[in-house]
Parts: sequence; structure tokens; C-alpha cells
Amino acid sequence: MKLFKSNKSAGLMASPYIAWALIFIVIPLCMVIYYGITSADGNLTIENIATIFKPGFFKALKRSVFLALISTFVCFILSYPLGMILSSMKLKKNAYIVTLFILPMWMNFLLRTLTWMTLLEKKGVINTIFEFMHLPTISIINTQGAIVLGMVYNFLPFMILPIYNSLNRIDENVINAARDLGADSLQTFWRITLPLSMPGILSGITMVFIPALTTFAISSMLGGSKILLIGNVIEQEFTQLYDWHLGSGLSIVLMIFIFINMIIENLADKGGVNK
Amino acid sequence: MGKDLITLEHISKSYDGQLILDDLNLSIYENSFVTLLGPSGCGKTTTLRIIGGFEMPDQGRVIFHGQDITKLSPNKRQLNTVFQKYALFTHMTIAENIAFGLKIKNKSASYIKDKVKYALKLVNLEGFENRMPDSLSGGQQQRIAIARAIVNEPKVLLLDEPLGALDLKMRQDMQYELKRLKEELGITFIFVTHDQEEALTMSDHIVVMNQGYIQQEGSPEKIYNEPENAFVADFIGDSNIIRSTMIRDELVEILGAKFACVDKGFGENKPVDVVIRPEDVELVAPENGTIKGIVTDLTFKGVHYEMDVQANGYEWLVHSTKLSPVGSKVGIKVDPFNIQIMNVPASMDEEAISETV
Repeated sequence: MKLFKSNKSAGLMASPYIAWALIFIVIPLCMVIYYGITSADGNLTIENIATIFKPGFFKALKRSVFLALISTFVCFILSYPLGMILSSMKLKKNAYIVTLFILPMWMNFLLRTLTWMTLLEKKGVINTIFEFMHLPTISIINTQGAIVLGMVYNFLPFMILPIYNSLNRIDENVINAARDLGADSLQTFWRITLPLSMPGILSGITMVFIPALTTFAISSMLGGSKILLIGNVIEQEFTQLYDWHLGSGLSIVLMIFIFINMIIENLADKGGVNK
Repeated sequence: MGKDLITLEHISKSYDGQLILDDLNLSIYENSFVTLLGPSGCGKTTTLRIIGGFEMPDQGRVIFHGQDITKLSPNKRQLNTVFQKYALFTHMTIAENIAFGLKIKNKSASYIKDKVKYALKLVNLEGFENRMPDSLSGGQQQRIAIARAIVNEPKVLLLDEPLGALDLKMRQDMQYELKRLKEELGITFIFVTHDQEEALTMSDHIVVMNQGYIQQEGSPEKIYNEPENAFVADFIGDSNIIRSTMIRDELVEILGAKFACVDKGFGENKPVDVVIRPEDVELVAPENGTIKGIVTDLTFKGVHYEMDVQANGYEWLVHSTKLSPVGSKVGIKVDPFNIQIMNVPASMDEEAISETV
């Protein structure tokens, strides 16, 4: 069935979306690039971008990449077994469990992160309970561990869903066929299940790694003011130092990282599916 | 025929409290083409999956070459399966798909290469080594699925409705192809289908199943010509099934008229079911018929005409190359050899078993 009579009317119907994309995506992006490659007096410069190599900035970038990688890895380790369990279950039950994992996303992201803050504080909920039970208190608030915890908590659903979906799409008979041809369960996993779920894994990694790399809310709430991520640095440039040129230059650096990440994943995806 | 290769003993299986197979006993001979035939939900696929090792029976044993393999996992069984909808590995090339089983068994690269080539030749898809499964048509994918199974030189090939997803022409081609393959390989094929024509075309031995029971087994000719009950008669081809009375040996009263037949031993004045195939009903001049009727419907079917004849309160289905127009008066005659007498189900239980779908 054809929804639109001609390409022309389809194009007309798409025009609001094109306008939207122009106003809210393309134009801001052009502005970021413009500010990023010019100095305050309007001359072309690469100084803004090159600032990333100054020790303080470079350290923040390194830390961001490091923490984003760890968070992505932890999310993957948690999500894959869960995805396998869910996809092997009967349909009715797993719908509940999937909903359970998505449920936190219905609440505001900042609110949820703020909640972790009150939970983890020195005199927060967790420590009060520990004290009451005469257990040693923990102090992970304002550490890199707390930031990773916040990232994993917030971004886990973005890893679970694509992995679960890709595992769920694998025909049971494909697995049976591998078993039938002599593969034991471990061989079946490595040669069939894992490669066939690769698209889900890759999109899960993208969907966790990119927000984790660019976040500033989680790090400023759970990392205190001492542990700066590149996202915090950029935020400061814009909101406190009003240096839009430097902020945009650093944003371009992050964009390059995201771009590289997507290229790598695209290549890996192609390699996995059509060698 | 040959000797037993697979024996199913007292197999029972239920899902969620629903009985799928009830005390099933079946022997499958070496080198035969056996078809499990029945409507959906009759337990034929479950039977196949139990043989393949993908299901565990609740009760009973599976014997393969004299050994109990009931609890053996699928990867340790000397048989291979061709699945419904092919189940190819979409992330591998055709060659890698076919080589999968051999690689698992750590065969040498040159051996694998030869085998893949041989298998592709066997299914008439030479030169397809580097293609991806998604770029193949349904029929080609099916051939690859068969090639992938047979390179492992199984003793038995299980086929789970492998032609179901193909169009008619392709299906007919594949039927002959499968028959040829079976002859070339000299192994046992166990084929599951709901298509009676497919079963009649390909099989050496047909097992007709319904609601978890075997209704009848035998050669295609025997199943077609001498159905043992109304279910089999109805499921295998079109037929006229009429409740009648056996007056004595070799004489049966059908719809109030006496017909000579060749069956004996049903007793005197006993109720029976009579099966008459539509092509065995002869339409003659009214005065020459055993009973008289009127043609009520006529359809041209290519090879023959299909006619409905209303006679003595029953609508007879008739296939004939000679046309009798709608409304014409005809006589019905049946050769004694073409009247198949069946016992009426004796108990409620048996009635349930042979109930048509």
C-alpha cells in the first residue's frame, strides 16, 4: 500500500521535519563550528581546538574517555546476560521485566541522579542505614566510582534494549541448526549467537558511550566540583567564563571523538555481518 | 524392507497440560523415505524434534541403531535436520554455512573445501560459495540448508516442512530433487508435511498422524487405496465417505441401494464406513446406474471435470473426463474393487482419535 500519491506530496509532508532539522540541528551545528574556528575578533584560528592539548583540558578529556569506556563496559557485562535470559523466556513474562528496566526512564534524569547524591552522601541514606546497623560507612560520593555508578545506572536501559532486541530476533531454529550440526552450547554461542547479536551490541555501545562521554550533569552532581569531565569544562566555558569560542572549539573535539566512534562501529558492523 | 534404524517406543509428550503425543510407537527402516503426514497440531513436528533431540519426551525411548539416545543432546546425534524456513546463518557466506558442521569436527581445510564443492554440486548451486544467504531466493536457500546438513554424512536426514515456504512450481521441482538426492545419498529421510500430495509423491512409507496418534502407516498406494478410517480417507485426497451397512460378505448397502464389493469379514448387517474415491464413481445413463441422481454443480479442473451429484440424500463428489451438465439425470455405478469398507469407530475414544479436523 502506498501512503502518499506521489513523491511530491511525500516531500511536502516531510517539510516540517526538514524545517525542524534545519532550525534545531543544522544551524546550531554551523554556529558551533563557526565559533570553534574563529577568535573573538572574528579571525580564523585553530587555537580553540588546539587548547584541548593544554594539560588541564587534556586531562579532563582523558578522564572522560576513560570513565565512558568503563561505564560502557560495565553496562555491556550487565546487559548481555540479562538480554540472553530475557530472550529465552516466554513472551508474557519478559515484557514485564523489560518494562521494569525502562521504568526509571519515565522519571527525570536529573532527579534520578540527584537521588543517588542523597543516597551516597557522607550522611546520606545508605550511610545512615549502615551506621544504624553498626556497619562501616562508605564514602564514594565525589569519586570517579560514583560517576561510573551514575552513568551505568542512567544509561543501562540503552544497552539492554538493543541487545535484548537483537537476541530476540535470532530464530530459535538457527540456534537449533548449530546444535544439530554438532556445535556444543559454547561453540554455538561464540559462532552464532554473539555474531548475530553484534548489531545490537554495537548500537548499545554507541548509545551508552556517547552520552557517557559528553555528560556533565552526572559528574557535577556525583563527582563534586573537583572531578571535571570534558563536558563540565565545556559547560564552564559557556555558562561561567562566557568564552563561546573556546567552548565551541572543545565541542568540536568531542564531536570528532563521537564521529570516530561511529566510524569504528560501522566498520565492525559490516565486518560482522557481511564479511 | 531394510532393518530398523530408529525406533520410537511409547513416546508421550505434553505442553502446558495439553497432550501432543500419546504412547507413540514407530519404526523407521534404513534407507527409506518416510513421511510424517497430518494436519497442524497432530504431533508430527514434535515427533521429528524428539528424534532430532530438540525436545525430550515425557515418557518413552528413542532407539537409534540399537542404542538408547533419548537423553543425548542434538550435537551428539548422527542425524541432521533441515529446518522450516531454512535457518541459515545469515552472518556467514554460503561456503561457511555448509562448512559449519565440518569445522566443528575439525576437518582439514582441503577436505572441507572439497566437501563444500561436492555438496553445492549435489544441490545444483555450483559457484555459490561466496554469496550471502540473504542474496538467494527461497528455493536456493532451501537447497543450501539441505547441502549444509548432508555434508556431515548423516545416517538420517530430518526435514521439517522444508518446502512449506516455496511457491507451487518450486515446490514440485524440489520434490523431485529431494527424491533424487535420497537415491544418490542412500540415507534415510524423515520428512514432515501437512501436504498429502507431497507425501504421496515422495515417500516410500507414509505415517498419517492426527491428535497425537498414528492413524495409519504404509506405502502411499496402500494409504490412498485402502484407508483404514474416515480420517485417513478424508485427509488423503478427496473422497466420498458414507455411513453404510454391511449386509454380508461382498455386499454392502449404501444409501438404500445394494452394491457389490470385495471385502469380507465385517459380519452381517453391521454398520461400516464406505470410502469411494471421486475418480472411481462412474456416471452412466440413469437406467444403468445402481442409484440415480442429478448433477448439481460442475467445475472444470483441467485434467478432469469435478461434479457434485445429489443422489439418495448424499452429495457425491465425482471426477470424470466426461462432462455431464448441471441438471442432467445420471446413474451412479461403482466397480466392486473401488469400494473400500472401513470399520466404524467402536468407542468414543476411537471416535475422538479419528475425528476429522
